[in-house]
Amino acid sequence: MSKYLVNLKINNMPVAVEEGTTILEAAKKLNFRIPTLCNHPDLSVAGNCRVCVVEVKGARLLAASCATPVSEGMEVFTNSEKVRKARKHIVELLLSEHNADCTKCFKNGHCELQELASEYRIGDHVFLDLVTPESMIQDISSPSIVKDDSKCIRCQRCVRTCAELQGVSALAVVNKGDHQKISTFLNKPLHEVVCTNCGQCINRCPTGALTERNYIEEVWNAIYDPSKFVVVQTAPATRIALGEDLGVPVGERVTGKMVSALKKLGFNKVLDTDFTADLTIMEEGTELLTRLKKALVDKDEKTVLPMMTSCSPGWIKFQEHMYSDMLDNLSTCKSPQQMFGAVAKTYYADKINIKAQDMIVVSIMPCVAKKFECERPEMRDSGYQDVDYVLTTRELAMMIKQAGIDFHKLDEDHYDSILGESSGAAVIFGATGGVMEAALRTAYEIVTGREVPFTNLNIQPVRGMEGIKDATIKIKNVKPEWSFLEGVDLHVAIAHGLANARQLMEKVRRGEAVYHFIEVMGCPGGCLGGGGQPIPTSPEIRKKRAEAIYSEDEEMPIRKSHENPEVLEIYKEFLGEPLSHKSHDLLHTHYKPRKRY
Amino acid sequence: MSTTEALVKELVEKNGRTRNSLMPVLQGIVQQEHFLSEEALICVAKELDLSAADVYGTASFYTFLDTVPRGKNIIRVCKTITCHMKGKDEVIKAISNALKIKVGETTHDNKFTLLSANCLGWCHKGPVMLINDEVFPELTPQKALEIVEEYAKK
Amino acid sequence: MENNLKKVDIIFEDSDKCAPLKVLEKTLKRTADDIILDLIDSGLKGRGGAGFPTGLKWKFTRNETSDVKYVICNADEGEPGTFKDREILDRVPEKIFTGMAICGYVVGAKEGYIYLRGEYNFLLKGLLKKLSDFNAALKKLNVDFQIYFKSGSGAYVCGEESALFESMEGKRGEPRNKPPYPTVAGYNSKPTVINNVETLVYTTMICHMGPEKFKALGTSDSRGSKVFSVSGDTPIPGIYELELGMPLHDFVNEFGDGDTKAVQVGGASGHCVPRKKFNDTIIGFEGIPTGGSMMIFNSSRSMYNVLHDYLEFFAEESCGQCTPCRVGCQQLLKGIEAVKRGERPPAYLDDLKKLTGTMKIAAKCGLGQSVGNPFNSIIDNFREEIIY
Ligand SMILES: Cc1cc2nc3c(=O)[nH]c(=O)nc-3n(C[C@H](O)[C@H](O)[C@H](O)COP(=O)(O)O)c2cc1C
Ligand code: SF4
Ligand code: SF4
Ligand code: SF4
Ligand code: SF4
Ligand code: FES
Ligand code: FES
Repeated sequence: MSKYLVNLKINNMPVAVEEGTTILEAAKKLNFRIPTLCNHPDLSVAGNCRVCVVEVKGARLLAASCATPVSEGMEVFTNSEKVRKARKHIVELLLSEHNADCTKCFKNGHCELQELASEYRIGDHVFLDLVTPESMIQDISSPSIVKDDSKCIRCQRCVRTCAELQGVSALAVVNKGDHQKISTFLNKPLHEVVCTNCGQCINRCPTGALTERNYIEEVWNAIYDPSKFVVVQTAPATRIALGEDLGVPVGERVTGKMVSALKKLGFNKVLDTDFTADLTIMEEGTELLTRLKKALVDKDEKTVLPMMTSCSPGWIKFQEHMYSDMLDNLSTCKSPQQMFGAVAKTYYADKINIKAQDMIVVSIMPCVAKKFECERPEMRDSGYQDVDYVLTTRELAMMIKQAGIDFHKLDEDHYDSILGESSGAAVIFGATGGVMEAALRTAYEIVTGREVPFTNLNIQPVRGMEGIKDATIKIKNVKPEWSFLEGVDLHVAIAHGLANARQLMEKVRRGEAVYHFIEVMGCPGGCLGGGGQPIPTSPEIRKKRAEAIYSEDEEMPIRKSHENPEVLEIYKEFLGEPLSHKSHDLLHTHYKPRKRY
Repeated sequence: MSTTEALVKELVEKNGRTRNSLMPVLQGIVQQEHFLSEEALICVAKELDLSAADVYGTASFYTFLDTVPRGKNIIRVCKTITCHMKGKDEVIKAISNALKIKVGETTHDNKFTLLSANCLGWCHKGPVMLINDEVFPELTPQKALEIVEEYAKK
Repeated sequence: MENNLKKVDIIFEDSDKCAPLKVLEKTLKRTADDIILDLIDSGLKGRGGAGFPTGLKWKFTRNETSDVKYVICNADEGEPGTFKDREILDRVPEKIFTGMAICGYVVGAKEGYIYLRGEYNFLLKGLLKKLSDFNAALKKLNVDFQIYFKSGSGAYVCGEESALFESMEGKRGEPRNKPPYPTVAGYNSKPTVINNVETLVYTTMICHMGPEKFKALGTSDSRGSKVFSVSGDTPIPGIYELELGMPLHDFVNEFGDGDTKAVQVGGASGHCVPRKKFNDTIIGFEGIPTGGSMMIFNSSRSMYNVLHDYLEFFAEESCGQCTPCRVGCQQLLKGIEAVKRGERPPAYLDDLKKLTGTMKIAAKCGLGQSVGNPFNSIIDNFREEIIY
């Protein structure tokens, strides 16, 4: 349907925009910035903070520009006296119910409210302080998230995130009027409700009301402790986003600099989660083929299809809460982070002659759910907590700043060996569809002896930002030992963001779609849009990050997990083969049903 | 199946399994059980395929959809201006003394909860109170006590 | 002294003389456009507070193309000092049902809902009986329209039309962004007419008696009559249907107790008029519009207490979603307390008045927008009482 153009004037400048455009978007076209708080490019329009109000000639009321469509002949003023006064009042009001101890706030310097207050030079307190003592009690029940109501401006971005993007609705607006707040079911601690710890709400909270549990001090202490050997692993998606928090443009890869910075911070070894991503593919790819055989040939009733990926701990917890009847569909593979921890404190510790109890494994993750994951009781297969601390990409940026490192001037460095080598297949774990693509590159080759039939190994159908993707790969001319797969159409599906995952799960449960293999990432865009990634986030930002990931892949000398020499070595020296007894002990796990409500 | 569960199922059956039925379902539970227990809220969430937080968030918006235990009889005395002028304070005091509870509290025998309410729409006949769904205008402290006594006997 | 107060008997006019079903039958023989023209001609404006011309509202909704449309009767009557809708519901519900059915016919809606505030649940039993008779009569007349009740649960803001839709949809009663307006996207996002109880009765009566008789009452800006809820310091509190456009002075002469200091016109969200302004205050859309609430205060009353009560009401009953209202109401309430206690200087009241200026133009809905009405009119006229 073609749309009409609407003519209007903003600050006396004419502009023509498509019907349905908001005043805010139209103003952006003319490069007039209107401040916003409740508005977010990923979310539905709320129109509740009112800082975006503008004057429309002839109208009695100011219009919320984020929520008001343009109309023909409209004359808008974004900075008239009326607008400025109202906007300043609104910021003052927000601050009056706000515990504005910016200097002590985790969001200091990264806070939209602070920015607005500083823009408007809100000085002496005009209004009375409305912060209540109850609101100052932080919810620190979750190992991933800190909720501080005294910092909340009720923009409801978190509530919309949790509902619209994640389909979880662990958070809700409760009460009304002066008692209105953001809370959970019966105001229970976050750890006791269906929250998946995905951290997407954190990514969209404009203030310090929702932040990650940070472990920066703990990690510094470990680094400074001479009795500890501290190794750090970095997840695929960190290298394409860390720069954003350090003044580097979005979409620029900073792998080498990141490694260099980590070495300067004093980690004893800088290693790569990508290594265990490759390992994951070996285990998970083999698991898939084994399951296919059991289900299709042996008709084993205990083997269920589709198999679903298990690298995203937000997704895992979601599944444990919402679809606990489908836990057998999940791959038993641990996430790459946890495989890394288990291997580091066994195989690697032995190799470098360090006692496991003296080793501290730190992860740099685009994720806050991984903070929860590393504390799960199942994740102690080395005999110790396999991964000790998880830092988000954001926390790493803070540490780099704290250490006085000039990130721009850093040289590029290489990961240490071993556990530092990886393939392009591992890098793309960071994007939605990436695990699928990596798995197909390997599984197809195992089965047919040939590379996947896609130009340059790029399996385009599984890429992109569509919420749910599916594809069918025809398997032909297989090796004799895989004859049962000859001519089989392998149906795969990919979802990212838990709301999409829910849709896909419903389809599967209703039997509307039959798949063999499903990849789910808890966060929109996959890990590149993870809850621990630099803020802000938006569809454009995630698109640029994805492009960065795929170019990193293309430039890697090795593109397939099963060609990673360090992976081949660990099988030869330690694990034996995929799904071996040892693999099962260290690299696989199980899941437990959790309360649905 | 617990009685609450059965009640929720019945209400959902009657009103329909859509979000639009949420209010009548919650109202129906309050009618029977005087407040929305955790069990009731979860049952509703389950039946209407909503998140428990969402159900709670909605209920907590509405003054009459209590989520804390309430007595069998809920007394709501209007506290808004005309009733204020006509003596709601004395009425509240009298009830409060008689039942030995403050506004917001419930008697030990769970028979009465005393609450204040915003304008009940009887300003010309204030002070006024609701007990459950029934309305009692033109109160005096004495009259209020008699009415409460009647309820105590029921 | 000459008294221009004219009592009228339209709303509660005996059902013998005006049998609602007869009116319905008669009206349904006319074309929808004719009915709309009559309503526009009558000059009837909404009686729920905002005063939108009813004929136009129906016309806009009629003009929308949609398979599903709704007619909703707003019986949430929560404005402090207002109780006339309860009386209308109690005494002449068939006239409301009839207005809704006519509206359904005009706009092309098949379903009507009455959103009744929870506080009026005691009316429900009787009303449901009458409604089922009426619905049966509609079926008998082959009118494809049925009416249902929905109950509120104690939230003043749900009287705001879009909050009411949210509530009917099982959500928190948070007002929506406008546009779209209800005539385009109301209940279930379908074109919806939402009218006040009293408005709907007037539509019935205009269909019954013709626009001329209605229009002969009132002034050019405020046609017709309206039902007033009179309370406070008056020897004769109650419900009165009066011609619109009277000077407040005449009203006070009739209803005051001889010692009237001020009248709050339009409920908590309305304006407070002090004695010295009784003469030049007209009750109507050209002066002070009102949903019908008239609260009379005599000289024994503390206007601080009055304002304090109002502000407490708004702080509690704000839906809480938008900043100007959620925080603004609390600041106004705590602000006058602070001035009273001497913790803020009297001049702080002027800062607060400026704040109401922002609330008036920047709040999301009518609730936050109108808190400044009582605040400013009481501060301006009774400043001393607030400070000392
Ligand atoms: C906070 C608030 C409360 C309202 N409460 C009511 C109400 O109780 N009854 C009512 O008819 N209109 C109420 N209104 C006005 C409605 O939004 C709407 O304008 C009205 O129902 C339209 O009907 P009318 O055109 O017949 O007046 C309220 C508005 C606001 C902002
Ligand atoms: S949330 Fe923002 S404004 Fe509030 S204290 Fe933290 S940095 Fe300051
Ligand atoms: S972490 Fe994720 S699931 Fe938990 S409240 Fe935030 S958005 Fe919802
Ligand atoms: S927690 Fe953050 S995102 Fe949620 S309402 Fe408060 S300020 Fe907004
Ligand atoms: S003005 Fe008040 S009631 Fe209206 S939307 Fe804003 S907070 Fe809610
Ligand atoms: S950004 Fe428009 S109202 Fe919040
Ligand atoms: S003020 Fe009490 S009923 Fe209206």
